[in-house]
Amino acid sequence: MATQAPKQETVQNALLASQAQITTSDYIQGVLKQIRTGNLGVFAILLGWLVIALVFQTQAPNFLTPFNLTNLIVQMAGVATIAYGIVFILLLGEIDLSVSYVSAVAGVLLALGMLPPFNIPWYFMVPLALLAAALIGWLHGFIITTFQLPSFVVTLAGFLAWSGVVLILIGGAGTVVIQESAITAITRTFLADEVGWLVGIIAIVLYAVSSITGYNSRVKGGLATKPFPIVIAQIVLFALAIIGFVLFCNSGRGMPLAGIYLVIFLIVLTYIAENTKFGRYVYAVGGNKEAARRAGIPVERIRIYVFMLASFMAGIGGIFLGARLGSVATNAGGGDLLLNAIAAAVIGGTSLFGGRGKVYSALVGALIVMTIDNGLGLIPNVSAGARSIVTGLVLLAAVIIDALSRRKERLAGAK
Amino acid sequence: MRAQPILKTVGVTKRFGAIQALTEVNFEVCPGEVMSLVGDNGAGKSTLIKGIAGIYSFEEGEIYFEDKKVNIYSPRDASSLGIEVVYQDLALADNLDVVANMFLGRERTSGLARLDEAIMEKACVETLSSLSVTTLRSVRLPVASLSGGQRQSIAVAKAVMWNSKVVILDEPTAALGVAQTRQVLDLVRRLAEKGLAVVIISHNLHDIFEVADRIAVLRLGHMVNIFETKDVTQQEVVHAITAGKLKTVPGMAD
Repeated sequence: MATQAPKQETVQNALLASQAQITTSDYIQGVLKQIRTGNLGVFAILLGWLVIALVFQTQAPNFLTPFNLTNLIVQMAGVATIAYGIVFILLLGEIDLSVSYVSAVAGVLLALGMLPPFNIPWYFMVPLALLAAALIGWLHGFIITTFQLPSFVVTLAGFLAWSGVVLILIGGAGTVVIQESAITAITRTFLADEVGWLVGIIAIVLYAVSSITGYNSRVKGGLATKPFPIVIAQIVLFALAIIGFVLFCNSGRGMPLAGIYLVIFLIVLTYIAENTKFGRYVYAVGGNKEAARRAGIPVERIRIYVFMLASFMAGIGGIFLGARLGSVATNAGGGDLLLNAIAAAVIGGTSLFGGRGKVYSALVGALIVMTIDNGLGLIPNVSAGARSIVTGLVLLAAVIIDALSRRKERLAGAK
Repeated sequence: MRAQPILKTVGVTKRFGAIQALTEVNFEVCPGEVMSLVGDNGAGKSTLIKGIAGIYSFEEGEIYFEDKKVNIYSPRDASSLGIEVVYQDLALADNLDVVANMFLGRERTSGLARLDEAIMEKACVETLSSLSVTTLRSVRLPVASLSGGQRQSIAVAKAVMWNSKVVILDEPTAALGVAQTRQVLDLVRRLAEKGLAVVIISHNLHDIFEVADRIAVLRLGHMVNIFETKDVTQQEVVHAITAGKLKTVPGMAD
């Protein structure tokens, strides 16, 4: 034992050394190493988007215009919102096939409730429609956990049943209009230039405050942090990106209100996923359900909550989709809505196998999916068939990348 | 000189249908000692452990903890007494980092229900350093990227982080290589030196002779004998495991 003591001493210092402050050049070197090994995270997807965008630009010169791109943000609002909920479902290692028609149910309920004979004001009807959506999610979760059924089958049943409910609710007319301007404004509002700047400045201040307080709390706790110059550099880069975005939007119709909603959802849901016990438990259940159970986590309750959250977000997505069209028709929730939402989450980098993924993957994934949709729509003589094929290939590429990165991680763990 | 037993079972019995898994088993472990539990497959080792851990309850017999008779109906009861079990399959979530795993189910929060990562990370580093679990490069690595020995060490550290008094390790070295086994056995010794009562289940007699103070041998649900490691040879233990007498339950007189 005595001969081993000095060795242990040095090893112990290694662990403590990992807690020491990292220098700026070390940090930059670490980032460069990540780039060399191809571990780009969200930037890989944004790079992919840039490639797709440039290809479209060569085919359709009006693609990269402020007018079209702000329109793209409005187009993707519904799918991205539904995809936010899907991310949580995928983190659990589950699937929810019913979200598209749950979104339609919420849209129809909202539309019908505001019309005669009910004439319920929108500020009552929106919470009611979302409550209904959340209850549907609770029902799915309750059935899945009580009877220990695969979520695939239960939500497939939901997919069929809720599509029927939509048809019955809409009835013979075939379409229900949404005239309430408070609702249609969600997707039709583009902020005036000054308001756009105000929003941009608020975003920059919030980012700066949260980065610096995060840095301070780690320094106070004596924990390793990224170096302060890097924190400042990140704030400056973020500010430049925001300023560029505001300038770009303002040179067209202005910043779309729907885009601001998407960012607010992103912030709130990311906070829930990364900074609360609930979020931590979602990751834990998705990573190792048995470990979660033994740690005293109420696994089944967490699963039910996640199905409720997904249906709730689907409800919001349904309201966005209805607002954009100004009506809800019998084909609401159909078409490729469901698959686009799931594809968005996966293309954004959330694993289908549970436990790995980020909330932002819904947003960047929806951006890719809807860019393909929007871009191919601008090119003359491209059929709807070609659109689906391209979207399918991009999805396939995304899951292959996911599988490869999982294998890489396993190999790294085995050595 | 050994302290009073902190955990003791007296005459515990467990049946699964027609199978008598445990018959009047007396078992004990003292603070500061490593007690090993050996026996062939089906001897009742896991049944005994699971009963103590509250996975299910014994039909007859009593459990004494710190000289008081206790009833353990659930894993929660066991951990509130200070009994923690580290199961063979580790019960770690691969996708979470070391800190998240160590605090899983017992996260610290501050305002706005926000997880207090700084406090958790600090406590995690302190616990690992105090147990000399030091080959980790960072406590922010996902558990999936750690070696088998490191993972086992994290699982053990997680169990002892919560002021536990009795730690039960189920086959902690079964899947490990030589160096990593060394790492885990050292950790087991350190736990005992810190005054914990450690129960270790293993098939590897070599490991057991290296780390255990006493060896309890189960055979077909009966406690054959509890040996002092220093008074016994591997042959004698093997004989007890495969052909030990079942009628009497000696060795518990003191």
